[in-house]
Amino acid sequence: MTTPAISLKGIRKRFGDLEVLKGISLDAAEGDVISILGASGSGKSTLLRCINLLEVADAGDVVIGGEAIAWKPKRDGGREAADRAQVERMRARLGMVFQNFNLWSHMTVLENVIEAPVHVQKRPKAEAIAEAEALLDKVGIADKRNHYPAHLSGGQQQRAAIARALAMHPRVMLFDEPTSALDPELVGEVLRVMRALAYEGRTMLVVTHEIGFAREVSDRVLFLHQGVIEADGRPDEIFTAPKSDRLRQFLARTMPA
Amino acid sequence: MDLVFLADTFVTLLGGVPLLLQLTAISVSVGAVLAVLLALMRLSGNPLLDYPARGYVFVFRGTPLLVQIFLIYYGLGQFPEIRQSVAWPFLRQPYWCAMLALTLNTTAYATEIIRGGILSVPFGQIEAARACGMSRLLIFRRIILPQGLRTALPAYGNEIILMTRATALASVITLMEVTGIASKLVSETFRAIEVFACAGAIYLIINFLISRAIALAERRLSPQLAAPPAAPEPAR
Repeated sequence: MTTPAISLKGIRKRFGDLEVLKGISLDAAEGDVISILGASGSGKSTLLRCINLLEVADAGDVVIGGEAIAWKPKRDGGREAADRAQVERMRARLGMVFQNFNLWSHMTVLENVIEAPVHVQKRPKAEAIAEAEALLDKVGIADKRNHYPAHLSGGQQQRAAIARALAMHPRVMLFDEPTSALDPELVGEVLRVMRALAYEGRTMLVVTHEIGFAREVSDRVLFLHQGVIEADGRPDEIFTAPKSDRLRQFLARTMPA
Repeated sequence: MDLVFLADTFVTLLGGVPLLLQLTAISVSVGAVLAVLLALMRLSGNPLLDYPARGYVFVFRGTPLLVQIFLIYYGLGQFPEIRQSVAWPFLRQPYWCAMLALTLNTTAYATEIIRGGILSVPFGQIEAARACGMSRLLIFRRIILPQGLRTALPAYGNEIILMTRATALASVITLMEVTGIASKLVSETFRAIEVFACAGAIYLIINFLISRAIALAERRLSPQLAAPPAAPEPAR
């Protein structure tokens, strides 16, 4: 069996009194497109953020491409990553796309895309620019390369953010509700880009409310409920024959009639 | 109105401008570097760094600059350790005492200005930088500092203008900058209104130029606020 691209074992996360994740385990194979659904507060975004250590899981293992994150205890009883350099190396292998785009507002679109390749991966600038232009072309905003984020629509900003993440040659792309902050008429252009990535065979973890996208594109769908994986299966199993009552209720609320 | 006297006074007072500009430029530049360090101490989350920086700001913002100048100029010389130290050739000169007091004073204000600028950088942009594998130093240098300084610039411009005026206090420890020369002229001529009006005009001109320079810097440093390149597009 090949090494999973991402392997989570018994991930737990608590914010104060609230236990958001109650022991989540998940293996994502190379090329898998996994959609993560769930009501707000179900822990799906937190789960994604625990993978690239924007949140530190209180317990459990995070293994990326066969390499486990090393932990050390903190004075307050929690824990943190033992080796910051390891965290930075792991993060560079994961492309993250945020709900609010989070483009760097003092840089043009092109500068946003080449920033990490040039300064983190130390690639030659000319090469990074050439690749960035190809990526911007791929996401359909090549003509906006010299624009600042403030001059772009939400959909264009999110496509720029996808290009920024792709520029690092990540092994896995993490999407955290990438269309939730968009006006309805702009959702389609972002989903089109994501669909194209999925068909290229990229490994993707997508936290989303877009049931249609999840159904059409995913190899696998997870349904999170109150910090546990309530359902896990192929899209047809999840959407046409949901076994869990909670999943049925969730789908009844969110699916278009 | 005695235009000849006014013109003579103006020219005489201009002789104090180089000193005024030196005191301002050096204290503000050194103060800016120190302020970035102190702002980082304030934001470090480490009490051993945070509290000394807080204490510094509290003391130097909470006491009059004039008192600080007196303490340094008249006070330090009382300690034999200081009179025998390598700093004494500097600290016995009013020029360096004024420079030191102005620098320490502006550092305190600038610390808070820069801290505010740094805090204004949206957290999501910092998370995005982390998610790209950027180190803390790289994030500070490439993402936080350029945006933080830009945000701090209007307030910092204020501080620079305040500093040009604060240099007038150096005249009380015998420095002959614009106000020092003006006081001397008044005691010689007893024409206080003309002399101080000329002095005021010089400060006005200098600060007009400084505020224009800051406005220009603000525009240069915020291309994202200007119109988008090439074809006009509807803003979001």
